[in-house]
Amino acid sequence: MVRLLAIGLVAGVFSALFGVGGGIVIVPLLVAVAGLDARRATGTSLAAIGITAAAGAVAYGFHGDVKPGAAALIGLPAAFGAVAGVTLQQRLQTRTLTFGFALFLTAVGIRLLV
Amino acid sequence: MEILAAVLGFVGGVLSGLFGVGGGILFVPALVLVLGLTQVHAEATSLLAILPTVIAGAWQQHRYGNVDWRAALLIGLGSIAGVEGGVQLAKALPEDVLRRLFAVFMLVVAANLAWRAWRSEAYPSRDDEA
Repeated sequence: MVRLLAIGLVAGVFSALFGVGGGIVIVPLLVAVAGLDARRATGTSLAAIGITAAAGAVAYGFHGDVKPGAAALIGLPAAFGAVAGVTLQQRLQTRTLTFGFALFLTAVGIRLLV
Repeated sequence: MEILAAVLGFVGGVLSGLFGVGGGILFVPALVLVLGLTQVHAEATSLLAILPTVIAGAWQQHRYGNVDWRAALLIGLGSIAGVEGGVQLAKALPEDVLRRLFAVFMLVVAANLAWRAWRSEAYPSRDDEA
């Protein structure tokens, strides 16, 4: 129980600092520290992120930093995408996809860096 | 630009479902580079966009029996304690420093994913597990 709360604490700082869900921290820690299998870790991570992101959105909301129109423009199509992604995950070997994603992140990261 | 942002939102959602993340790693650059938000506004807005994404994704995973709700609740509660620290840190940092820090974060995530795929620890299909 303490381990899970500690995973949450780390994920919460990450999440708010970078505007992400924190899943990139939660998934590997659930596998390594809590002993969940990979797919169960991703499902559990999604549920945990719901609380984390809500807390972060409220905290930023108090500062007036949240743009609801832009959030809807991105978040509503993303909800459909998430259902598709979960369904795909049950059927696919995701190794090639993971490589592709890594390559894409590298390109965008470099673009933001310079 | 709006259409491109919506398409990136959809793609971020697919990644969210596949990898168990919120999609923010794609939402934030989309909000900065496509919609022209500042880094802080993009991060704040990304967190709100993540909500419908993970609610839909978690519900779908729940139907496949892949959610440990007790663990999720404990992690979520623990995260509330960390969120305020992250917000304060993000708002205290200069805009360009935060943006470059986010870029470095993306590169670390990319390296981590490539490493996991290399060792084939990404998520095998149900058939392979049998």
